[in-house]
Amino acid sequence: MLQGGEWAYSDTLKEHFMNPKNILQGENTDDFDGVGMEGNLQCGDQMMVVIKVDKEKDVITDCQWKTYGCASAIASTSVLSEMVKGKTLDQAFHISPKEVAQELGGLPDHKIHCSVLGDKALRAAINNYYTRNGKEDKVKQDQVKVVCQCMNITDHDIEDAVLEGARTWFELQERTKIGTVCGQCEDEAGVLLEKFKHIHFGL
Amino acid sequence: MADMKVYFDHNATTPLHPEVKKEMIAGMEMFGNPSSMHAYGREARANVEDARQKVADFIGARENEIIFVGSGSEANNTVLSLFVCSSSQCIPGSRRGTIITTKIEHPCVLETSECLAHRGVRVKYLNVDRYGKVDLDQLYGMLGDDVGLVSVMMANNEIGTLQDIEAISKMVHESGAFMHTDAVQAVGKVPVDVTKLGVDFLTISAHKIYGPKGVGALFVKQGLPYCPLIRGGHQERGRRAGTENTLGILGMAKAAEMRVAEMPEEEERLLLLKQRLQRGIEESIADIYINGHPTDSLASTLNVSFTGVEGEAILLYLDLEGIAVSTGSACASGSLDPSHVLLATGVDAELAHGSIRFSMGRGSSMQEVEYLLEVLPRTIQRIRNMSTAYVKGGSHAARR
Repeated sequence: MLQGGEWAYSDTLKEHFMNPKNILQGENTDDFDGVGMEGNLQCGDQMMVVIKVDKEKDVITDCQWKTYGCASAIASTSVLSEMVKGKTLDQAFHISPKEVAQELGGLPDHKIHCSVLGDKALRAAINNYYTRNGKEDKVKQDQVKVVCQCMNITDHDIEDAVLEGARTWFELQERTKIGTVCGQCEDEAGVLLEKFKHIHFGL
Repeated sequence: MADMKVYFDHNATTPLHPEVKKEMIAGMEMFGNPSSMHAYGREARANVEDARQKVADFIGARENEIIFVGSGSEANNTVLSLFVCSSSQCIPGSRRGTIITTKIEHPCVLETSECLAHRGVRVKYLNVDRYGKVDLDQLYGMLGDDVGLVSVMMANNEIGTLQDIEAISKMVHESGAFMHTDAVQAVGKVPVDVTKLGVDFLTISAHKIYGPKGVGALFVKQGLPYCPLIRGGHQERGRRAGTENTLGILGMAKAAEMRVAEMPEEEERLLLLKQRLQRGIEESIADIYINGHPTDSLASTLNVSFTGVEGEAILLYLDLEGIAVSTGSACASGSLDPSHVLLATGVDAELAHGSIRFSMGRGSSMQEVEYLLEVLPRTIQRIRNMSTAYVKGGSHAARR
C-alpha cells in the first residue's frame, strides 16, 4: 500500500485547498459592494476578491473570491476571505502577505508570492467600494517609487522579488535586472532589500 | 473505486520490474570489486561484463561501446563536455567549437550547454514547430565546418514527440560533425538501434525502463576520441572512474532484457489506451488542447492543456484521488516560468501553466484510464468553478 509522505504544505493550507471557503458562485458580482482583481493568467496567478460592506460601520460582512493559481494561491485566498469578515475596511486594508502566510501555517519560500496577490486584490476591492460610494478621498493608492530608472524597477518589484526568494543583490538582479545598466541605484535598492527582508522574514 | 491507485507518471520514473527486482535481490550477495583479481572480484567482473553485453545487444551496439554511468544526466554531461577540451587527443573542440542542440532538450543538456557557452563554446539552439518537431531546414543552414557536435533528443519527455534521428544523423555526418541523441525517453518504448540511427553517441537510463535508479549507459561509437568526465580510475576502460555500481548494472541489464521480450506487444496496447484517454478527455471537457505530435509520438505519452486552470492544482486534486500525473506549470517546478518545451512549441503561457502530462507504462490498464476519465472532468470543473478565467473581466487564453 502506498504511503504518501508529507505534503510540501501545512495541514491548514491543505485543508483550505481541499475545502476552500467562500468561493464566489457563478459569474455575477452585482450583489457585492466592492470588486478587485489582480494578476494575470500568463503569469500563472490571478485573483478576484468581492466584498459586502456594512455601510454604517464600514465593516466587511462578506468576502468571496475566485482564483486562478496553484494550491497555495487557492488556499491563501480562501484563508484571507475568512480573515477579513468582521474587520473594518481600514483593518482589512492593512492585512499583509505575511499575516496570510502565518494564518496558513507558513508557506514555502517560493510560494510566498502566491499570497501577495490576494491582499492586493482585497485592497483593490476596498478601493472599488470607496469609489462606488463617493468616498474617493479614502481611496489609498499603493505608493510606488521607481528605484531603478534604467530598467524601470519599483520598490514594489523589489518587495515582490524578496517575497519570491531574493536575499542578495545578485539574486535581486537575477530576478529583476535591476541596476544592470548604470548601476546608480545599488545603494538605495540595497536599503530596500534589507528592509523587505526584515519586514517579511525577520532577517 | 475509492482506493484505486493510478500511476500515470512513467516518464518521470518507472516501478521496478518484478524480474529486475528478483535479479537484484539475488545479486546483493555479490559484493566483490570488479577490479579485484581474486575470486570475489572475478565473479563481479564476469557479471558486469555479461550485463554490458546485454545492454549492448539491447541497442544494437558492441560491448566495448557501452560505458556504464550514474545517470542519463551524467551521460549527457559527458558528451557535451568533450567539446571544451581543445586537446587533439579529444574531439576537435579547438577547430570545431560550435555545438548545436534544440530548445526542447532536457535541462541536463540545456544547462550544460549554457555553462559551455560561458567557457567559450558557441552553442546554437534549433527551433521546433508546434508539434515539437525539429526544423531540419534550420539545422541544414546552421551546419558548417565550425560545428563539432549536434545533440538532439530522440523522444521528448514532456510531449512525447519523436525526432527523425536517422535523417538528422545523415545530415550531420555529411557536414563532418558528430551526432549525439538523448534516447532516455525513447529506449524501451520504440526500437532503438545505434547502427540504424547512425549516431556517434547515445544516452540511456535504467530507471525509465523498469530498472533501478542511479545507473545509465553511454554509447560511444568504437574508435571515436573520448575524454572522461570523472577521472581517477581505470574502470570502464579508463572512461569513467569510480567503482562500478554492480547491483545497478545487473538490474539495468535485466531491465533491458525484459524490454526486448515485452516491448513488441506493448506499443499497440498503449496506443489504444492513449487514444481512449484522448477521446475521453475531448468528449467530456471543453476548452482543451492536445500538445505534441499527433502521430510521431510515444504511444505512452499524452500531454493536454486545460484553459483557465493551473496545473499544480490539477495535479494535487488528482493526487487526492489516487492518480499520479505531472504538470508543466511554473508553480510545480519551483521556478516562475512554465515548461520550456511547451513555450518552444509556441503554446501560450497560460496553456503551459495548465498542462498535464499523462505517461503510461507496462502496468497501465484500460480500467485505470476509465477511472481517470471519471475523476478528471469533475476535477477540472471544480477548479474552473473557482477560477477567475471564467468570470466577467477575467482574461482568457489566447487561442492558437
